[in-house]
This record gives sequence, structure tokens and C-alpha cells, in this order.
Amino acid sequence: MTGHDERDTTTDADRIDDGDNAGDVHEPHPGVPTLGRDEQPSIFVPDDGEPEVADGGDERSAATDGGVKSATGGSDSAELDPTTYDPVDVFPGGDLDLRDGADSCYKCTSCDTSCPVAAVDDEFPGPKFQGPEQWRLKRKDDHDIDASITSCSNCMRCDDACPSSVPLSQMHNEARGQFVERQMEKLSREYVRNRILSNYRFFASIASKVPRLANFATNLPGAMWLAEKTLGVTGEREFPPFATQTFRSWWRERGGAQVENPDKRVAYFHGCYSNYNTPEVGKAMVRVFEHFGYEVLVPPQKCSGTPMFANGMLKDARRHAETNVEELVAAIGEGADIIASCTSCSMSLRQEYPELFDIHGIEDVSNHTFEALEYLRIYEDLEGALADSELDEERAFAYHAPCHARNQGLERQAVETFRDVDGVVIEDVGDSCSGISGTYGWKKEKYETSMKIGEEMFEHMEHAEGDVGMTECPTCAMQMEHGTGYEIEHPLQLLADALPIDA
Amino acid sequence: MAIDSDVLVVGGGLAGITAAVAAAREGVDVRLVSYKASTLRQASGLIDALGYLPPTEPAKPLRDGPPTAGRGIDPDEWDDPEGPLADPFAAIDRLPEEHPYRILGADALRDGLALFDDLVGDAYLGSHTDRNALLPTFGGSVKPTARYPRAAAAGLASDDASTLIVGFRSLTEYDARTFADRLAAAGVPFPVAGAEVEFAEAFQTDAKITRFAGALDLNQPIDGTPAREALAKAVAPHLHDIVDADGGVERVDRIGFPSFLGDEHADEVRSELADRLGADVFEIPMGPPSLPGLRLEDRLYKALDAEGVRFETGNPVVGIETNDAGLVDHVLVDRKGREIPYSADAFVVATGGLVGKGLDSDRTGVREPAFDLHVPQPTNRYEWFVDDVFGEQPYARFGVRPNDRGQPLDADGEVQYENVFAAGSVVGGADVAREKSASGVSLATGVTAGTEAAAAIERATEPAQ
Repeated sequence: MTGHDERDTTTDADRIDDGDNAGDVHEPHPGVPTLGRDEQPSIFVPDDGEPEVADGGDERSAATDGGVKSATGGSDSAELDPTTYDPVDVFPGGDLDLRDGADSCYKCTSCDTSCPVAAVDDEFPGPKFQGPEQWRLKRKDDHDIDASITSCSNCMRCDDACPSSVPLSQMHNEARGQFVERQMEKLSREYVRNRILSNYRFFASIASKVPRLANFATNLPGAMWLAEKTLGVTGEREFPPFATQTFRSWWRERGGAQVENPDKRVAYFHGCYSNYNTPEVGKAMVRVFEHFGYEVLVPPQKCSGTPMFANGMLKDARRHAETNVEELVAAIGEGADIIASCTSCSMSLRQEYPELFDIHGIEDVSNHTFEALEYLRIYEDLEGALADSELDEERAFAYHAPCHARNQGLERQAVETFRDVDGVVIEDVGDSCSGISGTYGWKKEKYETSMKIGEEMFEHMEHAEGDVGMTECPTCAMQMEHGTGYEIEHPLQLLADALPIDA
Repeated sequence: MAIDSDVLVVGGGLAGITAAVAAAREGVDVRLVSYKASTLRQASGLIDALGYLPPTEPAKPLRDGPPTAGRGIDPDEWDDPEGPLADPFAAIDRLPEEHPYRILGADALRDGLALFDDLVGDAYLGSHTDRNALLPTFGGSVKPTARYPRAAAAGLASDDASTLIVGFRSLTEYDARTFADRLAAAGVPFPVAGAEVEFAEAFQTDAKITRFAGALDLNQPIDGTPAREALAKAVAPHLHDIVDADGGVERVDRIGFPSFLGDEHADEVRSELADRLGADVFEIPMGPPSLPGLRLEDRLYKALDAEGVRFETGNPVVGIETNDAGLVDHVLVDRKGREIPYSADAFVVATGGLVGKGLDSDRTGVREPAFDLHVPQPTNRYEWFVDDVFGEQPYARFGVRPNDRGQPLDADGEVQYENVFAAGSVVGGADVAREKSASGVSLATGVTAGTEAAAAIERATEPAQ
């Protein structure tokens, strides 16, 4: 297969369908809106080392979305008209065009100050270098990507800090993808380990077939030691237990949705963790949304891609994204909005998908995705519903807002929802990062950095009144538990308890 | 619709926070939305009110004809600003008529400063007097300022205590010896010397200021020595660096550091250094991003929480919808692709100026993009500036023009929307960079906009009761 063929979207789609969705392909559904733009080559184009083909025509030119428009509309120009000529077009096609974004950086260094890794590791050059500066370097000659990109934890705080809307995390994702694709030794322990960590779903799906055995195996004395020695996965952490029944299996067993309502539908993107590890979060989501009269759809789905972006495994992420977009677009066609209970999943569908991939309907998926609590706070009178609520016994929580919730404007949603509920004490433990950032804190060489970043949060949690933690992010929850020993809940669980729902 | 509040404040800087607290204290329900992390983290942490009076008339009549900028032909000439001013309040009457202080009155500035004093408690000083304090700033100049952080207090330039300015080789933008020379040249009443010490060398060359602050905050070991002790040891050999004209040496009374002496435990860091060195220790505000700004941001957002204000950061306001009565009914917030209406009875626009992107400009004009409020400006863009870089630049005073209740006026001088109020740099009329008045304008306009927004609701609901 040549590089040129890969950029041909029809063959690309055929090739990439790895067969595990065979027979599950959606025909255009009656009532499905004509979604998205016309199919274009992906923004991330896997590079198999084939030379660039110069005569590829329109299809090969760079897509310029992600909130960044070139002066001429870039690739959308039908031809190179001298009057609309823009230097953007001289760059090789296929790569992400972030020139406008890089030009917007006036080096105020706010991103560096917001970076939790740079605050504890002075060898990390920070987001300003990783993003706009490295991007410019690469435009001049094809410099290698600096290996320090693997120390970026993908918390995306720099996006929020930038007063100039430079698409920093998009630049980091692209750089990391290129680094892994072109510079990382594919047989190295690091690559293999990262591939395993980022494809958590694959391994979890096997383990959850035999959850007790899997839990027994990971808890065997020496199991984590072995993982550290052979794979470079830190031996300091305990592997999260697999649920004895996955969310999807519970969902099938209960006979799917108990509420039918063509006017109020949501499609639940449960993600891997609440399917395999914490189905109680998914069950709470269903109870709460059915309480408000929503028909819950649970479309087939794969990993949101978050751990893959963070490890530069963009090919894997794209493959999963194609399934997700196809299934979620079908659900949107049935009138549903997409609801996630993990803020990294919602962040990925909303921001990283349209920034990194150009898949038919991907913008629609982005525009229809919400976090669960966010959705209820917009479309339901949640405060009214909770006004008369009272918990059986008083409970106090130390709440941590995940970085990926912060970037969606959701950093206060749990505190604001619950602070007036009788019997609930909830305290925000501050704006520091938990430090685990998904797979980051699982890596042997990153474990110490991860715990240093988390130190402030641990300290604040211990000072908070509550001795139960709360967060929307499953890996933040792991870190909170690891650092304090607290039990951690998801806001949906408390909401399900606080609302007058018949058990 | 669930996203509803009495007052919605758009913008999370000093003006927005002030407006939100002022409104909340009137007993109404307030929500604040901010597109990006607060601009306070780019701020020096000094709260200026009015430091200089720049001339508004050129020294000789402005040249007619095409622009000559950059070509050195017959440039426009302007006198130096008057100042530093001892008393900001006494000078308000001499500001241009369209200046927010003139429109809102000196009491608005007093109210704004009083609210600020209340929110920051003992972390700031300066409220005991109307008069400006003079503080050394990054670069070696002295800035007139109304309030200053406790961390900077020992550095007052009006004090005659001998001073050592400490810098680090790896901190390239901060040259302590040049800094000290400039202070001396500015005629400060104290002997001053600069010294470059070997402390930050233990870190990578491009380590971030948050890394230094974190190491000192947690007293982490630097090559085996706890950070605070290591820093004191590095500075100790320079305690006698001040040499007078006769070759006599003097032990320094106080030591100024770049402002990264800790974050959460900054008071502890300063006092330990002072104990170890036997001299007062102070911080000198640096360019952005700055620890004093970050600390102020933390403090003010905690205050917002304590006042019961709801707030969120990360999504922009992209438009408004009006109702039949010509009032703004709701704004549209772009939540990653979906425009969600946020309704309120009154709105405060505190989105920032040209730098903060609350004002947008291109070759055809200058606009306020969120509410499309009127921004007065010359139609010919060559009249937006003058050729003298340090002259009276018309663009510096661009912004919406409010009435004395903080309501933006349209092109005819009428209130544009009865339920919209403006605060901070989006308000025009002040040349905050030359006047050294940015914080004071934010506080004065913020407190006015917040109080008036709350009052507007009460007025609107009274007949119904």
C-alpha cells in the first residue's frame, strides 16, 4: 500500500475496518441528517515512509479546520489563483496546518506557568516550546521532534491558559504522533508498553471475560513487580479491579432502556472504564437520566482515543474514532445527544476529534457531545429537582476538578450542584492537577513526576472536611485513592442517591 | 431553561470579579463566565489607581498629511507625562472629560479600592492612605501604586534602607546589576547594589518560574541542601556589596528578589530567608506571567466562591439575543460547538480591551465582538495613532463609552441596552498604560457596573411586588 493510496478515503475506510464491526455497519437511516462536510483526507495521515506524491491534486492538500482558517481557505481553494495566493499552501499537504495558530503566539509564557509538569520537572521545556516554537522549527527544515514531547501529560491546561487561542494541545498531539510514527523504535520496550497502555480497552475487554481470574492475576504477589521489570509499568500502583459484570452486560440483562421517549433521547458514551471497571457509574447515569424521562441509547463504541493521543498512537485512535463517529452519528440521527460520564471522553469527542481527524460527521459528533451533569444542568431544572432532597446521613466530599473538565468550563459543576443539598458537604480541593493524566502516571519513569504534581491535591484533600473523594475522571480517581487512601465517587453516583429515584 | 441568573458577568479579570462580588453583595444571584484563564495571572499584582497625567495636547500642532510612521519625517512631539503623582484622587479633575474616573466620580474609585481591600484582607497594604506608594518594578523603574502585596512591602522606594537586588544568571530577562544601576540613576534615596548569585544554576537553564516557586514552597533539596537554605547561602556573600564613594562598605538592610519566593507558603519562605540573612526580604514584580498575579487570582476566586458567585472558565460568549423591550434577554455561550443560551436580568461586559481581546480590530474598524456595543473611533484609521510612539495614541483610549451608571452608550449618546453595564478595559477613555491606572479603572468601573446591575433588577421587579 503506498502513501498515496492511504490518502484515498474510500480505500482508507475499507482498509482500516479491522473486522470487529463486521455486520454492524449502519446503512443511512431514515431521518439521519446530512451530516458533516464532504469526506476529506484525514488531518493525521499515517506516514509509512513513502515519499510525498506531488500530483495528488485537491485531495492531498491539508485540511485547515480545528478553529484555524488560512487566509484563503487553504485546501478549499479550487486552484492556486495568484490573487488568493497564500504562503500556507506551499507547505507539504497532509500535515496539519497550524501556521495561524503559531503566529498568534506572542510568547507571554502563560502556558508554561499553567503546565503542571514544568512546575515539578525543570528538564521539561514546557508547552510553548512543544507547540508553536517546535512547529516553526519544523517549517524551516524537517527537524526531528524533540523527545521531550513524551513528557507532556496531555492535561491540556495550556489551551485554557493561552490568551491568544493558540491551539497548543493540538500541536502537541500532532508532534507526539509524528514522534511516535517516525522516531520511536517500534520494538522498544517503551513503544510496546505505551501501545499496551493506550490500548487499555483491548486488554480490558479480554480480562473482563474472566474478571475474577484477571483480578486474581493482577493481585498476585509480584505481578506488578513483573509488569515493572518487563514493561516499565510502575510497580507502585495497584491495578484497578475489573467488575464482575460489565456495564454493557448489565444493560443487556436489564433489557436495555426502560424509558422510551422519541423526544428526549441521549446516547451514552460510557467509555472503557465505566464499562469494565466502574459499571456503578454507568448504572447511576441510566437511573438519573431515566428519572428525568430520557430514553437512553447505548450505541456500540470503542475507546474515545484519549490514552492514544497521550501516547502518540494516532493510527489506533483514528481507527477507534471511525467506529465511534459512525455509531454516534447514527444515534444523533435518531434524535439523541451524546452523553459521557468521563470528562476525558467528552473532551476527546468534542475537541480532539475535530482537531485531529476529518471523518464524515465528526463535527456533528463534537457539537452534540456533553458531559452528563453538564447536560442536566443545561436542559433540566436540576436545582429544583434537588431542592427538597435530603440524604439519609450527612456525607462530606473532597472534590477535585479534572483538567479535562476545566477545559470544558465544568470545573465548578459538582460543587455548584451539590453545595445546597441538605446533608451534603462538598469542598473544592483547588485547581491543581492530580498528576496521573491517564496512562502517564502508570509509566515507571513518570511515576515520581506524577506523584510530585499530585502532592498539592493530596494535601488539600487531607485538609478538606470530607474523607470521600469525588471527581468525574476515572484516572484522577485512581490517583486520589492512591495518594490518600480515600474512597472516590463520581458525581452521578451522589446524584442518583440524592434524587427521589425508586431503587 | 436552566442556565439563568439575576446578573451574568462576562469576563474573569479584576473588573469582572469586582463586578460579580459587588452585585452578589446586593443580594442577587450572580454567575460569571470567562473564556480563558483569568488575565490576573499576567498582571504584576500591584494595584495602581493613577500614577501619571499624560498630556492630551501635543507640544506643537500635529502635522497634516499622510502618515510618516517609521520614516522619521517631522514626527509628532509630546511633552512627558506629569508625575509620579503623590495623590491619585487630587489629579482626577485634570483627566480628560471622557475618562471613566471623570464620568463615574472619585467615589467609584474609593468604593472599588475599599471592596478590593475587603477581599484580599491583610495580603495587601496601602489602604491607610490616599497617597501613592512607590515600588521598584522589573526593569529598574519605580511605579506609583495604590495597593501592593505584603510580599513587596519591604521594597518601598521612599524608604532609605540600603538595598541589595538579587538576580540569577539563568534568569536572562532579569539583570540585577542593570536593575540596580537604573534605580540609582532614577535618584532613589537609598544606596543600592545588584548581584548575580549561583542558585538557579542547579535547575535547567529554561526552568519555569513555577519550578523555582515550587522548590522554595516545599523547601525541596537542591543538591542535598533545602532550597531556602541554599538560596540564603548563595546570597550571603553579597551582603556587603554596597560600596560608598569613599570605599566604605555597608551591610544591606533589605534584599529584593525576583517574585518567585514560593506560592502557597510565600510568607514562610520570605520570613525564613529574612531570618537566615538578617535583612528584610521583598519581591520585585516581574513581567508576565507572574507569581503575585497568580496568588491574587487564587485569592479573588476563593472570594468569589465565598460570596456564592457561580463561575466557569473555558467557553466564549459569542453573541446576544434581545427581547421585544430592547433588553438583552440572553447571551450565547459556545460550549465546544453548541451555542447555549445563558439568560439573566442584567449583564456586565468585562471582556477586556484590545490586548485582552474584548475589543477586536482590523483595517476597517474597532468592534466589541460579544455584545456589539458601540465603540467610538475616527473613521480614518490613520487618525487612530500619532507618530510619536510615546505620544497620546488615540487607540489607547478606544473602548465603549459609559454613562455615570456604567451603561454603554450608542452612537447617539443614548443607553444602548438598559440592562447592560460595562467594566474594565473594554471601557474606553483611559490610557491605562501611560496613566498607570489599569487596576483602578477596573475596580471603579467594576464596582459601579456590579452595583448598578443589581439595582437595575430591583427596579425592574419592584412594580411586580
